[in-house]
Amino acid sequence: MSADNSTSQEIPNPAVDGSELIRFDKVVKRYGSNTVLDQLDFSVASGKHVTLIGPSGSGKTTILRLLMTLVRPDEGTIRVGGQYLTHEEKNGRLVPAGEKHVREVRKNIGMVFQQFNLFPNMKVLRNLMEAPVTVLGLSKDEAEQRARELLDLVGLGDRCDAYPTQLSGGQQQRVAIARALAMRPQVLLLDEVTSALDPELVAGVLDVLRDIAHTTDITMLCVTHEMNFARDISDQVLMFDSGHVIESGTPEKIFTEPEHERTREFLGAVL
Amino acid sequence: MNWNWSHVDDFMPLFWDGVELTLKALLFGTLIAFSLGLVWAIAQRSEKKWIRWPVTVVTEFIRNTPLLVQLFFLFYVVPEWGPSMSPLTTGVVGLGLHYSTYTSEVYRAGIEGVPAGQWEAATALSLSKRRTWTSVILPQAVRRVIPALGNYVIVMLKESPQMAAIGALDMLGQAQGYSQATFTYEAISVVGVAFIVIAYPASLLLRALERRLVR
Repeated sequence: MSADNSTSQEIPNPAVDGSELIRFDKVVKRYGSNTVLDQLDFSVASGKHVTLIGPSGSGKTTILRLLMTLVRPDEGTIRVGGQYLTHEEKNGRLVPAGEKHVREVRKNIGMVFQQFNLFPNMKVLRNLMEAPVTVLGLSKDEAEQRARELLDLVGLGDRCDAYPTQLSGGQQQRVAIARALAMRPQVLLLDEVTSALDPELVAGVLDVLRDIAHTTDITMLCVTHEMNFARDISDQVLMFDSGHVIESGTPEKIFTEPEHERTREFLGAVL
Repeated sequence: MNWNWSHVDDFMPLFWDGVELTLKALLFGTLIAFSLGLVWAIAQRSEKKWIRWPVTVVTEFIRNTPLLVQLFFLFYVVPEWGPSMSPLTTGVVGLGLHYSTYTSEVYRAGIEGVPAGQWEAATALSLSKRRTWTSVILPQAVRRVIPALGNYVIVMLKESPQMAAIGALDMLGQAQGYSQATFTYEAISVVGVAFIVIAYPASLLLRALERRLVR
């Protein structure tokens, strides 16, 4: 996983609002000749719940993957908590950061995937303990206590000793949410977390997320097609099209009186 | 041609020497092939070209030249400027090295079979490179390739007689010596049966393992 952008660049205006947790500056991401994100600027304040909506291919998931450092930007910079995510300052220039720096900043970010991605070779409890023990340096007892609390929170306190394949999709996704929270991230990224679930299992997962959204101060970035859920938990909704934010606002505004023609079309199609 | 049990009796001391050497070569050759193969496979996933590239060249070279040539090289050429090893040690190293280039392909397939989502989840949890390999990727990859790896144990058993060319007399090497000296065929027959007696239970064991591990 080498940094794609090998050229150094000017440091952008460092004036950052104190409450701003995530900031994208002129971020460009291309896959081959396809530009997915084009000079994207946006920011998310600490503790906010932001939902990204828009047609498929509009770049929403790419934003989450950039934040999780699963892909690297071709141009521009991303900051999390004031720190550059994939860059370091050297002699007044920004250069692609080494793996160590990236890992350090990334510890503040957790992600839940569409396909759960639990580790099938580990029991549920160890899925939740592996990273807290080996990355954060928690003792086994501390990590286990944290893991059990989180499994209780997602309603699976009795499945600690199951293997992931012995659980339903909905249960697996709830374990995956607990696993992400076990790292106590500042930011939680949710990438279409209910899209792979049977319809009757969606509600259980969304209930857990609502609970987390309402009882913690974790910052959430959410890509979803569940518009009711988005309306429930979001402070802000961003409408994406072709790699740009074309409209943003409170859920009430976006869902009831969208300004942009593309937003109206999109919502007409999905609601 | 009549079967003569006295030739079998005569051959027995040599036979047991040969069996011992065959099993030693198989055991240590397998250990080398399995561990070194894993090293090759992981090295070929390295981000660093200067690691990937030489490993590819070396493994391709070894895989595409005959084991016999490698044994001769290790036994007669290497001691000119490097360590000189006993015939058995040379045979074990040669066998292990040769088959490590095959097992590395098996491991590679196993590693590639682990879904990308597993790497992504490991990244999302900030697991270190080493942890990602040892806790997440390898347990899943190795599990699914154990049957394929096991096949190479049987292949190595059947190729081990090549060591006789450098003087490490395995059971077939012993039988050949005895038969040529006495113009009899009993010793060779005994060894033929011995191969089956070792190889067939081994493949049954592998199949049982496969049923348990591959779901």
